[in-house]
Amino acid sequence: MSAEKLTYMANQIANFFKNKPHEEAVAGIANHINDFWEPRMRLQLFEIIKQGGEGLSPLVVAAEPAIRKPAKTSS
Amino acid sequence: MPLIKEIDYGTRKINSKKMVTLKIDGFDVCVPEGTSVMRAAMEAGIQIPKLCSTDTVDAFGSCRLCLVEIEGKKGTPASCTTHVEEGMQVHTQSDQLKGLRRGVMELYISDHPLDCLTCAANGDCELQDMAGAVGLRDVRYGYDGTNHVNQRGASDELNARWAPKDESNPYFTYDPSKCIVCSLCVRACEEVQGTFALTIEGRGFDSRVAASMSEDFFESECVSCGACVEVCPTATLQEKSVIEIGTPEHSVVTTCAYCGVGCAFKAEMRGAELVRMVPYKDGKANHGHSCVKGRFSYGYAAHKDRILNPMVRENVEDPWREVSWDEALSFAANRLQGLQKTYGKESIGVITSSRCTNEETYLVQKLARAVFHNNNTDTCARVCHSPTGYGLRETLGTSAGTQDFDSIEHADVVLVIGANPTDAHPVFASFLKRRMREGAKMIVVDPRRIDLVKSPYVEATHHLALRPGTNVAVVTAMAHVIVSEGLFDETYIRERCDWDEFQDYVEFVSDPKQSPEAVEALTGVLAEQLRSAARLYACGGNAAIYYGLGVTEHSQGSTAVIGLANLAMLTGNIGKQGVGVNPLRGQNNVQGACDMGSFPHQLPGYRHVKFAEVREPYEKLWGVAISDEPGLRIPNMLDAAVEGSFKGIYIQGEDILQSDPDTKHVAAGLAGMECVIVHDLFLNETANYAHVFLPGSTFLEKDGTFTNAERRISPVRKVMMPRSGYADWEVTQLLANVMGADWNYTHPSQIMAEIAATTPSFANVTYELIDKLGSVQWPCTDAAPEGTPVLHVDGIVRGKGRFIRTDYVATDEKSGPRFPLLLTTGRILTQYNVGAQTRRTDNVAWHEEDVLEIHPHDAELRGIKDGDWVKLASRSGETSLRADVTDRVSTGVVYTTFHHPDTHTNVVTTEYSDWATNCPEYKVTAVQVSLSNGPTKWQEHYQKQSARSRRIEAAE
Ligand code: SF4
Ligand code: SF4
Ligand code: SF4
Ligand code: FES
Repeated sequence: MSAEKLTYMANQIANFFKNKPHEEAVAGIANHINDFWEPRMRLQLFEIIKQGGEGLSPLVVAAEPAIRKPAKTSS
Repeated sequence: MPLIKEIDYGTRKINSKKMVTLKIDGFDVCVPEGTSVMRAAMEAGIQIPKLCSTDTVDAFGSCRLCLVEIEGKKGTPASCTTHVEEGMQVHTQSDQLKGLRRGVMELYISDHPLDCLTCAANGDCELQDMAGAVGLRDVRYGYDGTNHVNQRGASDELNARWAPKDESNPYFTYDPSKCIVCSLCVRACEEVQGTFALTIEGRGFDSRVAASMSEDFFESECVSCGACVEVCPTATLQEKSVIEIGTPEHSVVTTCAYCGVGCAFKAEMRGAELVRMVPYKDGKANHGHSCVKGRFSYGYAAHKDRILNPMVRENVEDPWREVSWDEALSFAANRLQGLQKTYGKESIGVITSSRCTNEETYLVQKLARAVFHNNNTDTCARVCHSPTGYGLRETLGTSAGTQDFDSIEHADVVLVIGANPTDAHPVFASFLKRRMREGAKMIVVDPRRIDLVKSPYVEATHHLALRPGTNVAVVTAMAHVIVSEGLFDETYIRERCDWDEFQDYVEFVSDPKQSPEAVEALTGVLAEQLRSAARLYACGGNAAIYYGLGVTEHSQGSTAVIGLANLAMLTGNIGKQGVGVNPLRGQNNVQGACDMGSFPHQLPGYRHVKFAEVREPYEKLWGVAISDEPGLRIPNMLDAAVEGSFKGIYIQGEDILQSDPDTKHVAAGLAGMECVIVHDLFLNETANYAHVFLPGSTFLEKDGTFTNAERRISPVRKVMMPRSGYADWEVTQLLANVMGADWNYTHPSQIMAEIAATTPSFANVTYELIDKLGSVQWPCTDAAPEGTPVLHVDGIVRGKGRFIRTDYVATDEKSGPRFPLLLTTGRILTQYNVGAQTRRTDNVAWHEEDVLEIHPHDAELRGIKDGDWVKLASRSGETSLRADVTDRVSTGVVYTTFHHPDTHTNVVTTEYSDWATNCPEYKVTAVQVSLSNGPTKWQEHYQKQSARSRRIEAAE
């Protein structure tokens, strides 16, 4: 999936939580991504953050440690 | 199997608590006060002859056939208009009554053709029955005098009273020569349907039924619901199918396969031929009413376009090759297994259908989880009501509408937002309109002036014509008014909601930034009007919210659903009759498809796959390990396909190429796959990209259940054998078994038993229970053994209702200089969704193409006149269609439907989607409209390509 689209989706989620207290917002974002994003999408998100997270909301970056690392994709 | 005949009690049921006892022909009868003598008699099993009354409309008392004698009363009153009284003594048969009734019948018959033997209603005619009932033996008057029967008189002169048949409606005829002017049709059209299309013209002997202003039926206001045909006691209003085939001899109760109202019907058969679909009076969703789709639009089932043999092809450029079921299934299984070997087990998935039964949907998601060993299952609900699931779950704790349809009878204020019930949920719209005529108030929030805003005897108190994409701002502003003016229900909130979350919400919503004045410029809704609407909602008594895809299909769809739940909790409008938050579901089984675990993160009953205790029962039962990771959603599958990691898909009863947004992206995704299996009735648009086609079965060809918008599980029953040989659930089972599973279901009831055994909210659901009760609303458990009509009665299911902030975030799909107009999409009455079924019926007479509604001002600016071909362009793509210049839409807004593949409206819609669920933003696309000469290049190319890809090689 294009990095641009994934960044866009992550920011949309951050937007919903942005007016919550910081900790709650970060937890909310991580939970949402854990619950709904398939491992491939999460792996790519980590990759985007590793590359510097350009265009990504700081809230998403802050949520990274709480986002679940997918087990190695099976084959 | 006999022909099912519901009892006609003659007049409406009365719901009074006070009971009255009387004697009819010497027998004691006890009925509610206000009941008619006719109905009381029927309850005692005594049928009084009648012609002008039936229990679905008000009594009128015109035929004088239902006369009775009452001790102590003079004369012979009409039993349909006489109310029971305590101690009354009624006689229904006497020499005097017999004579009077025969006289009445004789007069009727003397102006009625005596061609009973060749009449379409022969054997199903109340006039005939009554002639028999009253013992009419001869008619003294001939047709020599004035009559409506003969075209010419005795000396061949034209008879001015005679009128020809009106055959303009595709589905029924009106033959004035057979009319007895009982006015039942007029009353049904007014009281049951609420359209007021019929009148009695003229007076006395000259009077006749007329559609609107003496137009033919087709040109009139008539919406072809069939209510008038249903009540007509003669062959005057008659289904054309009965005229062609003859009367039915047996019938089976089943459920409509079109919209989420889920009307119950009797499929009336002659042998294996369907004669007609008649709404079932004991159906709890529809109470004997119907719309044109369920009542008449079943012709697609026998349409020549249906594909009845499995087909395969190596490449999508090749023509199709008809093969045996065995060959098709092993071709599919080999490819899917090969893909998993090469690209990994996550490289394939399924899409379940909201048109198929619960049992079929359950099996398809089971196929992904137990046979593909992944959670890559999604359903078309993704593109319509996934935000409903999310929003209602977060706030209230259940992913479903809170009420049954009957609840509307107790509503005082109805808020209709982003829904167009008269077109999309017609039978519910009739109930709603009846409630409005009884005095309930309505607030409509919609960019368009939908029919409910103003129709005969119904007018909305407020129409908030907001700009597309601003639902959240409007709903939040309503909450602002309710909170800042102190109109909220503090006792309710303290008792049933989380008080801390409420405080937080109050702080958010009281901010002047959320006020109607602050958002007026943005939403286009006048602040004063929004304030009065909010006050009406909060203070007008029982307030009920009904919403549709105009709420969910936005980038903030989930937020808007949360906003509606907030409004209802604020005002205490959850947990009793007449209130609630109710999604109007698009397709017949959207609710069921969601319930059955179609979503990639949830097992049946909305339980997340991450919980071991949720997975465990299935792992035990199926003998597999279930992944604790969410799978791909439809848009994610397509993205992954474009990128190369998703390669194969089994799609049951769904046409994602036409129904999903951003057609070009969908096409690119499908083109990137190596095995696309389409299981459908027709070679749909998606099949252009398919390698395997498995023929599907219609709702008439299989057993199962559908779950409607009120969580009602209703039976679907097989009335004929599947034309392709297998019901859809059998095909899924065959595919699973070729892939190594060992499934042995021999009847869908066994699948339901598995669902009940594993899904807590379905614990007590069985086919026996459904047979016994007719239908049942989940949760159906030990605590609620007969189901649950209204949710949250003893407290909000979640524990405490949760208020959530609803910040308005403008969509990034903005109008600007290049694309200055906002496009919003919807559907119309006679077509259904992508139109695969309805386009293959006579419904095309009403709607043969999609048109673009545009405001006169915007049209004039562009030199567009009514009926011109125009080009509709967005940054995703362009298409062309004809313009309909109308002020139903506001300036700056254009509207169209997406029923026709030639228009392919979704070429223009974008890939923007709801933040929480990825539900696409169909309802807002920035577009430009300009004059054009005809179809665009893309349309021509597409038509060529789809003709090419539909070639079928003749089998040797
Ligand atoms: S079909 Fe329905 S809308 Fe049409 S005239 Fe009959 S009752 Fe009225
Ligand atoms: S058309 Fe049928 S229902 Fe209507 S007035 Fe004539 S006989 Fe009665
Ligand atoms: S389409 Fe909907 S309203 Fe019409 S008959 Fe079917 S279920 Fe009822
Ligand atoms: S049925 Fe009572 S007057 Fe016609």
